[in-house]
Parts: sequence; structure tokens; C-alpha cells
Amino acid sequence: MEKEQLAQILAELVPGLEINSSKEILEVKAASNTWHELAGKLASDPRLQFNYLHNLYGVDWQTYFTVIAYLDSTILGYSLIVRTEVADHDNPSLDTISDIWITANFQEREIYDLLGISFSNHPDLRRLFLEDGWGFPLRKDYKDDINFIER
Amino acid sequence: MQEVELQDILTAREDGDYIINIGPQHPSTHGVLRFVVSLKGETLEYVIPHCGYIHRGIEKMCERLTYPQIIHLTDRMDYLSAHMNNEAVSLAVEKGLGIEVPDRVKYIRTILSELQRLASHQLWWAAFGMDLGGLTCFFYGLRDREKILDIFEESFGSRLLHSYICPGGLMNDIHPNFQKRTKDFITYFRKKLPEYDELLTGNIIFEQRTKNIGILSKEEAVGYGLTGPSGRGSGFACDIRKRFPYSAYDKVNFKEILYNEGDTWARYKVRMDEMWESMRIIEQLIDNIPEGDFTAKMKPIIRLPEGEYHQRVETARGELGVYIISTGEKNPYRMHFRTPNFSNLFVMNRLAAGFKIADLIAISGSLDLVIPDIDR
Repeated sequence: MEKEQLAQILAELVPGLEINSSKEILEVKAASNTWHELAGKLASDPRLQFNYLHNLYGVDWQTYFTVIAYLDSTILGYSLIVRTEVADHDNPSLDTISDIWITANFQEREIYDLLGISFSNHPDLRRLFLEDGWGFPLRKDYKDDINFIER
Repeated sequence: MQEVELQDILTAREDGDYIINIGPQHPSTHGVLRFVVSLKGETLEYVIPHCGYIHRGIEKMCERLTYPQIIHLTDRMDYLSAHMNNEAVSLAVEKGLGIEVPDRVKYIRTILSELQRLASHQLWWAAFGMDLGGLTCFFYGLRDREKILDIFEESFGSRLLHSYICPGGLMNDIHPNFQKRTKDFITYFRKKLPEYDELLTGNIIFEQRTKNIGILSKEEAVGYGLTGPSGRGSGFACDIRKRFPYSAYDKVNFKEILYNEGDTWARYKVRMDEMWESMRIIEQLIDNIPEGDFTAKMKPIIRLPEGEYHQRVETARGELGVYIISTGEKNPYRMHFRTPNFSNLFVMNRLAAGFKIADLIAISGSLDLVIPDIDR
């Protein structure tokens, strides 16, 4: 019941949004150029108030990347998954959402560090775990001749 | 926040600021973590955490391993919440396979999680007291934690990294003595926990070092994703056990501890009260463990159907999320861990800026950081 209600609000808020309600949690798919705009609406709309970004991570699908955000509204009790595709595999870039949820600041740094997706307008985009000049280990084509053992 | 130059670290800058490194090897950081701290006199201007000293690439390793093998890596993230980490992966895999585990497994998993939470909070209390100069705390805390570790050792043969909860159930059944020893421990610890309060909680020096230090509002705690006892000290009702119950948490009565002050003292009190609640949960379950199998029927090789699966679990430090993307193979295509300490660490600058350098130790102690959980 709650899921249909949420789907209705989202359809009103952003016409033409791709909504998938077949899973346990409602999922929406944003185009990468509307990523920041959609995030802003989700956080500020009084009917949604998604204030808690509990996870943000990226996946390498070899020809493109997916970035997935898991949102909760601690006030209204909704949950939502928002995903987007970053099409340019050689030079991936996405708008930052760290101005909306501050925890995204560090999760985006982690994605940048391990997957090499750069976030435009990010206040402090530096490597988090690895040194500058290291490759991006979570990419599927990552090779480490010294530490990898091929079976 | 600017990147700190080596020159800045070695000399006082023209504006009178000192830049100092705390760590990567320093008792107060509880592991290999480095804080770059800018000081004006004794007052902190900013704190930049630098992590990655113990990054092992667990997420990358998972892509090459099968699900039962991955269990053994999750112990090594937050080693003080080993059972909960194992449970998170197991629940996610079971969700993907559509398996319902026997009630016996659910009860035992819940009891173990709470015992682990007790052990973890005892060690935190021991180390927190020691950080603030009360060395006796360390002996009291470790003395009682030892009793839990002995119970663990008898049942699963290991004290720290158990890898006992696995997809489908448990590695083996509990030891015949498990119930009796756990009950004995609860009786014992109910007498000992008030000693903790007598030793530290009422101490005037301790109160002055923690009250009104490192204050965070509820809105900021939500924004930073500060979960676990640290988040609940700011009034953020983030307990996954209450919000999305798993295992046997929907069958037990317990209170979600919330304090609204948001200071170091509140974070301390949340953990102290949580120990009482953990004992309550164990007492409700320990005599009612149903008979039955200790594992569900599993195929020898686990292949998750294509799709995405995730599971959220409350560890001793906050919300742990396990995210699996499967393409139908016996190993995951992508595995991600949303670890509680990762989000909790980055609130340091917000909490500590403006306070004295001695308060940094109290604040980082009250966040209860485990460094391998941040770096993975």
C-alpha cells in the first residue's frame, strides 16, 4: 500500500520517471543529467523528505557504470532506491549530490577512488584509500601484475 | 579543507597555526588511522581523517570467492562484531535463494549477536575509560569480556573471528553447555554492570570531560549517516533491529535507547543502557531455543539467481548493509559493504572543531571506531 502511494507521489513530482515497483523496495531510474535535480526534489519535497542516504555505490558493467543510491525517509518511513547509468566508460562523470546529503561526500570519494567515476562540483574529490596514480581496482579490466594470482 | 603540505606539518605557519599528525600509530586512534589536526593554541580548527592504511580490497576479493568463503572475510572488517557481519551476508544470501532458516537458527543467531554486542561494548567501555585516564576500567572490562569469549570458544573453537554463522544456518550445533554458561554469565554480569557505573559514570572528572563536548544535532546525525549508539545519542532512531526486524528480533521485547543531548556523555550513556537491553533480549530467548536442525537444506554450491540483493543489520557500531549483485554465477559480480564506521568516522571534523585537543580523544573514543571496518 505504502509503495503504491509513494509511486503515485513520484509520478506526480517527476512526469515520465521510470518506476519499478515489482521488488521489495520501490526503484526509480534517473537519467544521468537529471541525477542532481531529482535528488534535490526527493530531499526537499514535503511529501517525501528523503533525509537519510544510507548507501551509495557504483558498479562497473564494462561498457557503462551504474550508480545506486539507497534512501530512507526517517520522518515518513519511506524507502527508495534511485539508480542512474553513466554511459561514458572512458571518462565517467556525474554530478555530486554531496550538497544535498553530506554523507555522500565521503561515499563519492570512495567511488572515485575505487571505480574512477569523477563527481563534478564535489568540494574535496581526493583519493580515499589508495595513492594518486594507482589504478581503479573495482573496474573489471583492472590488472595488478604483482599481487594478482590468476587461477 | 585544503590538502596539507609537508612543510605545514613540520613548522608553525605564519598565522600561528600548528598542523599536527595524530597517528597512524597512536593509542587513541585504536588502529592505523591518521588525523591531521590544525591547532590554534590548544583549540582544534579542523580535523582531517586519513584512512587506507589497512585497506585490503575485500570488495574486490569477494568477486573471486564463493559465498561461503566470503563469510570468512567479513569477520575481518569489524572484528568486534564478527557474528553480526557473518549474519548480514548469510541473510542476504538466504534472501536471494528464498530460503527460510529453522527457528532454532534464528534464536541462536539473535543470542549470539547480543552476546557479541555485550562483548563489544565491554571492550569499548574498557578502552574509553583508559583513554580518559582511568586505567582500572580496562581491567574490569576485559575481565568480564573474557567470560563471553570463553563461551564462544567452547561452542565454535574461536574467540575473535568465529565465521560461525553461514548461509543456511550455522557451521555446527551449539555446545551442550552453551545455555547454562550463558545464563550464568548474565546472572554474573547483572551484578557487575553496576560496578561500571560506580567506577566511571559518577566520576566528576569524567562528567566534566564528556558533558557538552562534541555536540551533534539530530538533523546533522541523519545527514552524516551517523548510526548505531553514536547516532542514537543524538536522538536519531536508527536501530535496524526495531525498524527492519530480522532473525528473532520481532519476537523479543526491548527498548531502543535514545538520548537527545548529542554530546559525548549521551553516546556513553546509550551504550551503557544498551548493555542492560542486550541482557534482557538474551534472557527472553535463552530458555526457549526450539529443537530442530542447526541448518537449512543447502546445495553444495550456492548460485544466487540473477539480480540485486541487500540486507541491513545492526552491529555493535551501527548499520551494516550488504549489497550483492549476482549474474547467476557462484561468486558475486559486485559486492558492497556499507560499513557503520565509515560513515561514523567522517563526522569527526564536525564534532571536534572548536574544542580542545584533549577533547579529541574523548570524542573519537565515544564514536567507538574500528579501523579495519572503515578501510575494508
